[in-house]
Amino acid sequence: MSSNDETSGLTLSGVGKILGGRTIVDDLDLRVGRGELVCLLGPSGCGKTTTLRMIAGFLTPDVGTITIDGADVTGVPPEKRPTAMVFQNYALWPHMTVFENVAYPLKLRRTPKNEITARVHEMLELVNLMHHEKSRPARISGGEQQRVALARALVQRPAVLLLDEPLSNLDAKLRVRVREDIREIQQRLGITTVIVTHDQDEALSISDRVAVMNAGRIEQYSTPTVLYRSPATRFVGGFVGAMNTIDAELRTGPDGPVAVVDGLGVPVESVSTPADGSVNLGVRPENVLLGDGSAGAPATIVRAIPRGHFTEVVVHLSTAAEQPVELRSYIDDRSPVARLSAGDRVGVRLHSVLPYDADGRLR
Amino acid sequence: MRRSASSVLVGVVRQVLMAIFIVALLTFIVGPLLWLAIRALATSWTYPKLLPDGWTLQWFGKVLDDPQLFSSIRLSIAFAVTTLIVSSVICLPAAYAFSRFEFPGRRVFLIGLFATNAFPKTGLYVALAALFYALNLMSTFGGVVLVHLLGTIVFMTWIPAAAFASVPRSLEEAARDAGAGRFRVFFSITLPMALPGILVALIMSFLASFDEAQGTYLVGAPTFYTMPTEMYSLVLNYPRQVAAVFSILLSVPSVVLLMLVRKHVMGGQLAEGFQIR
Repeated sequence: MSSNDETSGLTLSGVGKILGGRTIVDDLDLRVGRGELVCLLGPSGCGKTTTLRMIAGFLTPDVGTITIDGADVTGVPPEKRPTAMVFQNYALWPHMTVFENVAYPLKLRRTPKNEITARVHEMLELVNLMHHEKSRPARISGGEQQRVALARALVQRPAVLLLDEPLSNLDAKLRVRVREDIREIQQRLGITTVIVTHDQDEALSISDRVAVMNAGRIEQYSTPTVLYRSPATRFVGGFVGAMNTIDAELRTGPDGPVAVVDGLGVPVESVSTPADGSVNLGVRPENVLLGDGSAGAPATIVRAIPRGHFTEVVVHLSTAAEQPVELRSYIDDRSPVARLSAGDRVGVRLHSVLPYDADGRLR
Repeated sequence: MRRSASSVLVGVVRQVLMAIFIVALLTFIVGPLLWLAIRALATSWTYPKLLPDGWTLQWFGKVLDDPQLFSSIRLSIAFAVTTLIVSSVICLPAAYAFSRFEFPGRRVFLIGLFATNAFPKTGLYVALAALFYALNLMSTFGGVVLVHLLGTIVFMTWIPAAAFASVPRSLEEAARDAGAGRFRVFFSITLPMALPGILVALIMSFLASFDEAQGTYLVGAPTFYTMPTEMYSLVLNYPRQVAAVFSILLSVPSVVLLMLVRKHVMGGQLAEGFQIR
């Protein structure tokens, strides 16, 4: 995937930006290896777009440095940076044809005419748009506009490709196809890429690594698998995928670990880090295992929501407390539990439990 | 049945109102123009005759042969073109600044531009004359151009400012990202996209300058007589047919320019380009 010596690729160190008196990006470090695809994932206002615009050069960081392939580009204006960006609204120039849009960056570099034609055609073939060469952007569909924007960025042969919410203006079906196209092209060209998105599904499915951002900081920076299996903070766990959170006390009982919730012991089959004591537990819905009442802690089904290829079952633990403890569980449709309905009693066991401390950090 | 009867009635009323509207339109807009055209081509046309006594092109010849009238046509064009150029040089950069930069006094300047149109023109020109005498600008070409500039400055700033503002910033950023410097971005992206708005402003300014009479008369007379100021003496000193011919000539630029606007701004790729934002 990536051949990483210390300088190749993109590096942000200690980058901070204050806009309108608000700290948007705070002491941010990020390393993207050459040829790597990294997603900046986070809720709106977390600073991910600001970070991207600093990499592109539209904003200058107040503190910190940005280097690309070892060269400091912190103060370099966008037109002199080896970056190319695909804008959220594509930003195609309506008074130029598709060909002219893609050729524009090359014309600025005084590329010979026959080379421009060859390279633009190469790019349009790559994104499958040769037939629209002479069309104007307003005449082609949103997905096609998106591919023109990608071609216009790639034709510059940038050291770093930047994409700002590239799929947010496409409908759901197209989104899945286009993101796979982007990933395929990115891997074929081996181009260092940073994508900003708020869609965790998108981030997990195409990235080599994902940087989850919150309040101007990176909460966790890992591969999609690690991010999902062991989210470093409760925020990451809640943002990437669904997560049950319960206040409980972990104890080691005679039959293995138990999570004690309001006096009720729930068997725990595996825990990421064995930690006794009072904690906040995170459990993915697919790790809330439901069986017949004989095994596990007693609970009552509140709702069963068919979700297509699985059933989402909401249960209340039968604790002594007035406030019921609610858990969501994803159940395979072939399981007998999927045929139970509201009011039926089940036994709950927990798998791959993630204990978090008071600050929301994984213990 | 009753309902259909009332709907028929509504239809009739609508048709009658439409007819009245069309007749009014013909009477008050096409009527005078028709009168003007007939007058310009008539040997003589006196009340109560419905049609002229005969038809002739001699009045056109008379206007074009008269050195004073002909020179006023040339002078009008010279003033309009000069005004247009000076106004573009001053106002277009200002318009860009108003649309793109936040600077102290921005709003005051924008509103201030309207001040030139807020007061009665004659009063403004009298005050202006006092200043022009002091600066030796009376009866000079530059003085007349200055007066014309006053009338065009609002069009040439507000309309292009709106046109520049409607060019999305991301389109300019995309060009910078592609490697274009600020000037290149302006000339290859911003200006072409704002062009329809700028064209409208240019045409309105040209016509405003071409039709300006009061200020031109006050500052330019007796050295500079343009077509509109010449009209004053024409109406009194020449046969009516000459005035009619002159009116038609005066309206030629407006008609031609409006045709151009229709062709290049309303339709075609410029307007189409504005569909995507």
